[in-house]
Formats: sequence, C-alpha cells, structure tokens
Amino acid sequence: MTTARLQLTGISKRFAATAALADVSLELLAGEIHALVGENGAGKSTLVKVIAGVHQPDAGEIRLDGELITVPNPAAARERGIAVVHQEPRLFPDLSVAENIFLIAPPTDRFHTISWGEMRRRAAELFEQLDVRIDVAAPVRGLSMADQQLIEIAKALAIEARVLILDEPTASLSSHEVERLFTIVRRTSERGVAVLFVSHRLDEVFELCDRATVFRDGRYVTTAPTSELTTASLVRFMVGREVSLFPKEATTVGAPILEVRNLSDASGFRDVSFTVRAGEILGLAGLVGAGRTEIARVLFGIEPRTAGEVLLDGRPVEFRSPSEALRAGVAYVPEDRHQDGLVLDFSITNNITLPILGRLFPRLFLRARTEVEVATQFSERLRVRMTGVDQAVKALSGGNQQKVVIAKWLAARPRVLILDEPTRGVDIGAKVEVHRIVSELAASGLAIIMISSDLPEVLAMSDRILVLHEGRISEEIPRADATEERVMFAATGQRVQAPAGTGASSVH
Amino acid sequence: MTASSQSPARPAVRLGALARWETLLVILLVGLIAAGARMSPFFISGGNFANLTSSVMEIAIMALPMTLVIIMADIDLSVESMVGLAGAVLGTLVVAGVPLPLAIPVVLAVGALGGLLNGLLVTRAGLPSLVVTLGTLALFRGLANVLLGPTVISVWPDWFTSFGFGTIDGSPIPFTLVVFLVLVVVFWAVAHATWIGRQVFAIGKNAAASRYSGVRVNSMRNWMFVITGMIASLAGIILVARFSSARNDNGTGMTLTVVTVVLLGGVDINGGKGSIPGVVLAVFVLALLQNILRLAGVSSEFQGIAVGLLLVFSVIVPQLARQTRGAVDRARRSRRPPAGPIASGEVTA
Ligand SMILES: Nc1ncnc2c1ncn2[C@@H]1O[C@H](COP(=O)(O)OP(=O)(O)OP(=O)(O)O)[C@@H](O)[C@H]1O
Ligand SMILES: [Mg+2]
Repeated sequence: MTTARLQLTGISKRFAATAALADVSLELLAGEIHALVGENGAGKSTLVKVIAGVHQPDAGEIRLDGELITVPNPAAARERGIAVVHQEPRLFPDLSVAENIFLIAPPTDRFHTISWGEMRRRAAELFEQLDVRIDVAAPVRGLSMADQQLIEIAKALAIEARVLILDEPTASLSSHEVERLFTIVRRTSERGVAVLFVSHRLDEVFELCDRATVFRDGRYVTTAPTSELTTASLVRFMVGREVSLFPKEATTVGAPILEVRNLSDASGFRDVSFTVRAGEILGLAGLVGAGRTEIARVLFGIEPRTAGEVLLDGRPVEFRSPSEALRAGVAYVPEDRHQDGLVLDFSITNNITLPILGRLFPRLFLRARTEVEVATQFSERLRVRMTGVDQAVKALSGGNQQKVVIAKWLAARPRVLILDEPTRGVDIGAKVEVHRIVSELAASGLAIIMISSDLPEVLAMSDRILVLHEGRISEEIPRADATEERVMFAATGQRVQAPAGTGASSVH
Repeated sequence: MTASSQSPARPAVRLGALARWETLLVILLVGLIAAGARMSPFFISGGNFANLTSSVMEIAIMALPMTLVIIMADIDLSVESMVGLAGAVLGTLVVAGVPLPLAIPVVLAVGALGGLLNGLLVTRAGLPSLVVTLGTLALFRGLANVLLGPTVISVWPDWFTSFGFGTIDGSPIPFTLVVFLVLVVVFWAVAHATWIGRQVFAIGKNAAASRYSGVRVNSMRNWMFVITGMIASLAGIILVARFSSARNDNGTGMTLTVVTVVLLGGVDINGGKGSIPGVVLAVFVLALLQNILRLAGVSSEFQGIAVGLLLVFSVIVPQLARQTRGAVDRARRSRRPPAGPIASGEVTA
C-alpha cells in the first residue's frame, strides 16, 4: 500500500458560531488530480487555508508523505512544497507581475542580490507555458480578475511543489485559458505532484480529475472516482437533493432600451455597436482581455469613451460617474467583488443598501429596521448562507459574497443590468437560482447584458450572443444558432464555415 | 450596526474594542478630574471650567470636520494656517472700515474657498491630500503674512471679544462652548444617523467599491474639505475674539493638536473607523490635561510635549492592542495539541 502524499484526518475548524469544518478527512495521492466540491460555504476554502497555513485547525492532523506536520504559516507551507492558489487573488498592486511571482524567493546572483533579468525571464517563461500574453515588468494594478488569477497560478507553478492546491482557479478564466491550465496541471501531476482542485464547474471536475471528494455544511460526505460519478449524483451528494437546471423563460422582446453605436475606448475595444431591448439578455463572450469588461465600464461611467455614442431610450447619454449611470437606471455587477463589489468590513445589510440609501431615506436619516427588511428580503431571495444580515461580508465564503453583490444590485431595481461574471464562484444550486432571477428580471422588462467566461452559461441564458475578439465584435450569434464551437471560433477570431441548415451567413 | 450575540468573532471584537476605547477615555477623564481636584481647590469651580473649556474650543470645533476627513482616509493639514488667514482677513476688513457683521460671513466664505482649493486639488488633480494640504498650509500662512505683515490688530468691539471669552449670564458656560455643542449635535447626527455618514465610512473603507455603488466619492471628499476650511475659519474668528488680536501667526501648531484629538478619540488614521462621541471625549481629556499642567505650573513648552506624547499614545495603543490580540490568538492555538482525541473532544463537545 502506498502512503498518501497528503493526508488530512479529523480536521475541525470553527469561527465563533460557525463550524466551518467538522471532523473532515481527505487523502491526496501522488500523481492524482483530486476534486473538492461542495456548496458555497461548505468549507472548501477553509480546508485549503488550513493546508496553506493561513488558518490553524482546532483539531486534526496533517501528514505529508507519512510525516506528521504542522503548518504554522504560509511560508512553512511553501517550504514544504505545498503550492496554493487561493480563491481570491492577493497581489501587491504596485509591484510588477514578476515581483509578485517571486516575492518570497527571488532569484539571486552570486552576490546575493536579486537578479532582475533572471526574474523577468523566468516569469515570462511561466506565462509562455500558460500561453498568456502579459507584460511581466508592468505593475499588477488595473489588471483584470483573469490576469490576477493567472498570476497567482504562475506563482504556484514557480515553486518545486509536492502538492498543488487550486481553489477555484478557473472561476474567471475563459475556456481557452482553462484548456492551457489543464494541460499544465496534468503535466504537473504526471511528475508525481498531488493536485487538489476546487471548482463549481462540474464539467471541469469530470474532465480533469481522477477522484472527487464532497463536503456539505463543513462535513465530509464521500470520496469516489469520477468515473463512478455523474453530474447528477455529484450534485445530489453536494446539495442533498436534486437540482434541475433552470430553463430560460421565453420572453417577449420589447423596444430597444440601450443602443451602442460605434463605441471605442482608449485601449480596450473599438467600434462596437449593439442594441439591447427590453426583456432581452445579451451575452458578451470572448477570451480574457477581449474587451468585454471595458465595454461595461464605459457604459457604467467608470471610464470615458473616445468615440461613438450611447442611447438610452433613444436619447443620447454620457455618464461621467457610476452615480449618474445609476440614476438613469443602469447598474453594473463588477467582476472583482473584493475590490469593486463590496465593502468587506461592512455588514451584509450595509452593503446591500449602499447604492439605494438616498432612495430609501430621502430625509437623510437612517432607519435600521427599513435597512434590515430590504437586506433580509434580497439576501434570502439569493439564499445567502449567513448567521444573519448583520454579519460582516468578509466572514462569508466566496460564493456567498458573490450572492451579496448580486442582491445589492437587485435591490437597486435597475432598468439596464450589466452582469460581469455574475456566477463566479457560485455553487450549482445558487447558480440555478441566479439564472432564474436573471431570467425573471428579463421577463419583467429589464434589458440585460451578461458577460461570462462560462460558455454553457452564456449559451443557456442569452437571447443573442455578441462575441468579441481583440476589442472588436467578431460575430453576433442568435440564440438558435449558438453552439459552443461557434462561439469559441469567433472568440479566437475565426469563423465557422456556415454549416448546412443554420443561418450563419445571415448574421446581422 | 448592532453587535448581536450571534455575530461572528471578528466584528464583535472590533466593536467591543471601540466601546472599550471610549470607556478608556471616560476613565482617563475621571482620573484627570480626580487628580485636578486633589491638586487645587480652585479646580472644581465654574470659573476654571469656563477657562479650561474655552481654551480648547478652536481645536475642538476643528476636530469635528477633521474626524470625518480622516474617516474618509484623507487629512487636512492646512487648518492651522486657515485659522491665521481668517484672522488676517477679518483684521484687514475691519481696519478698512467694514462692519464686523459683514466681515464675518466674508471670512467664512474665504475659509470655504480655501477648502474648495484643497478639495479640487485632491479630487481633480488626483493628488494625495497629505501633499496638497501641506502645500496650502504654507500658502494660507503666506497669504496671512502678506495681508497683515507684522501688524497686530487689537481693537475690536466689546460684544465680539466678550463672545470670545465670556460666559452665558450667571453660568460657567462659555458662548464658544455653545457653538461647539451645536456643532457636535450636527456632526454626530450626520456621521452616525444619516446616510451621508454611512457613505463617509464606506469611502474610508473601500473607495472603489463605494464609487461602483453610486457614492459620489469625489464630490463628498470635496465637500468635506470645504466644510473643514469653513470651520477652520470660524475657529480663526473665535481665536481673534478670545485674544482680541489678529496676528499673522494665529493658530500656528494647531493642526497637530487637532489631529491628536481626533486620533485620541479613536479614529483610525487609515480611515473607515471612528466616532464623534469618542472625539468629543478626547477634546475634554485634552482640555483637562492642559488645565492640570497649567495649574501645576508646567511651562507651555512642556505642555507641547504632553500633546506629543498623547499623539504617540493614541496611535500606538490601538496598534499594540491589535498585535497583542494577534499574539494571544496565536499562543492559544499553539498551546493546543495539534491532534489527539482530547483536543477534538474539546472542540466537538
Ligand atoms: N474568517 C472567517 N470568519 C468567520 N466565518 C468564516 C470565516 N471564513 C469562513 N467562514 C465561514 O466558514 C464557512 C465555510 O467557508 P468557506 O470559505 O470554507 O466555504 P467554501 O466551501 O470555500 O465556499 P465557496 O464555494 O463559496 O468559496 C462559511 O459559513 C463561512 O461563512
Ligand atoms: Mg471558497
């Protein structure tokens, strides 16, 4: 019998009233890719943080190649060859990409001074492996979530690892980057590294992983080879009940609400035109860096445009700030919940009411009861797992934080809703719920723009899909003609030759 | 935001610490009163009360807007020079024959304009407020020098000077204290009972997320500088009235004291945390401390040292508290055996 590379036995971890982990065990074999799945708040990230030395377990033991170890801090984990990509990127915005990667152990020359050239060269190499173009000498500030995520991955790959732990690494990546990542992960595991892979995208679990372990409510449920599981059985283990995918509601598409004509910005995108109508969900697909988020940021008044015009209800508008956009009824769920989406120190209530304070309290004075009512209504609608609406958002699991961001914008009751990776890190049950809500909102006459790297999600939800490639619209695909393949091709700048029967040539 | 029994450890500890901080200030106050009473029979008297409060009222009223500025993660170092400039403008106008009731609103407008200059440089030019207000600290003082030169203007109407140091008839309550208390009520309400205050805290904690939530971050910061400038000019007017003199060096050194009071009041220098009641308590701690040092015959130079120590104290103590709390947590964890039936039994029990 081989000993496990990493063996966790009887791990418990409690945060005040919350038992995040209760007596869980997990075994990672050398050379295996092991999935860890469970609903939002099931305790996945807490376990990852215990292994990484961020949290100390209240009880339980950790064995690395049979040896009993403690991991008092993240540096100790690194020294033992445990490389971790955390769910939320934590980079130093003013340091360069290369510096962030080699922060702990920069390459030095024989005089023990940092050799910057070597550092940049090795960083560039890592990104080449990932097939990602990124300027390793540029500061991290302002990079997209996907880029930040890729930097964290490169950081983990930079050390000689015995164990590689990836906590939702693909949540903001598009399929192209995911493919590259998987290739590398497979190569890594073939070298005998034990890999733990946390994801809510179950198709990825089946594609990549050998075995899967399921947690529910901080408890261990089961471990099984993925070949013996189906999506349905996995979901049943996770949720404890059946979840059926939400079918998009058929809506009657009304008058144009938002019209975008020949819009360009300083660097992200050029000459983009489209229309969103009442009751319609427009999907924006494309590779990371194709300019999707940039379009949203211009529409929401965060960045200025350089050319083109935007019409709301037929009238030209130019928002110079998000508050102007909000007043006109345009809301934006940003992709980076920690930077832009939430005030982490605030309670759930205070986050949800922040955009609507003026509307709730026209006489300036706050009323706690009103705030709690609104917050309760919307956080319950999204099934946020919390001890109460007065809980600080930073104590929530990643997926539950995302639900709070969405709840906040639902409470604002916009007319145009722009969603940027709305289900990033959200579990399957809640995802269905988000889809149902988005669909309902569309049915009630909102115009919705949905940016997502999750291709099945875009395909399932959109009435029309706009595919961007390097800042330009490469194709507009009506729902009936949309296939994963066609979107993928358009995203890489190619076009599928019109297959027999479908009207690919009549795209307008 | 209420700390319910079921809220998680972190925020509860934080709120508890804040409550403890204000308790600490109250204890400090009581201690100072006891010490003062022991030292001099004159200490507990209406006259001394009037004296010790009116001597810090300029600092006190400036600490109120400064509290909001620092909670928003900005700072305004230029207030002391605005005190000087306000006096200089007032003096110049009065010497030129402008009646006081007309000159005062003009001075307040000058304060607001100075604040607007700070605000615009911070929000439009995107410069850090520390740098901008360091610049205007020199600029406003320079303007005061140009206006007054070495002249001291010391002829003022009686009603004006008695407003400066007088008390309400038959009571030991200075007029300026009334002004302060009115402002306390206004600032307390705005900071803690209105959504403007909520937005102030949100900006201090995460400006980007606030902006994305439709908070007009730059406009709020701008306004806060305008209000601070205007209140600094009001403090300048009060100072002139209290000493019956407008000089080009009025207010010198006050910024440090104002910031000290704000930090002593429990406001986090990094923004996002603090309260008006805490700062009001800190004002009285400062007033009592100065009064006691004066009664004890300590020279004003040494009083300056005391303010310095207070500043260091109010910055270091919360920091130390945080660190010891972290260390205690770590110690508690490492004392616990890493594994074993006893430990797990404890936890799951
Ligand atoms: N620092 C903390 N303070 C208090 N509670 C916490 C803290 N961190 C996590 N929790 C709680 O522990 C539970 C498990 O959280 P964890 O982040 O491990 O979930 P997760 O499985 O990673 O979920 P997700 O899929 O949403 O990322 C949650 O209920 C969460 O609210
Ligand atoms: Mg997680």
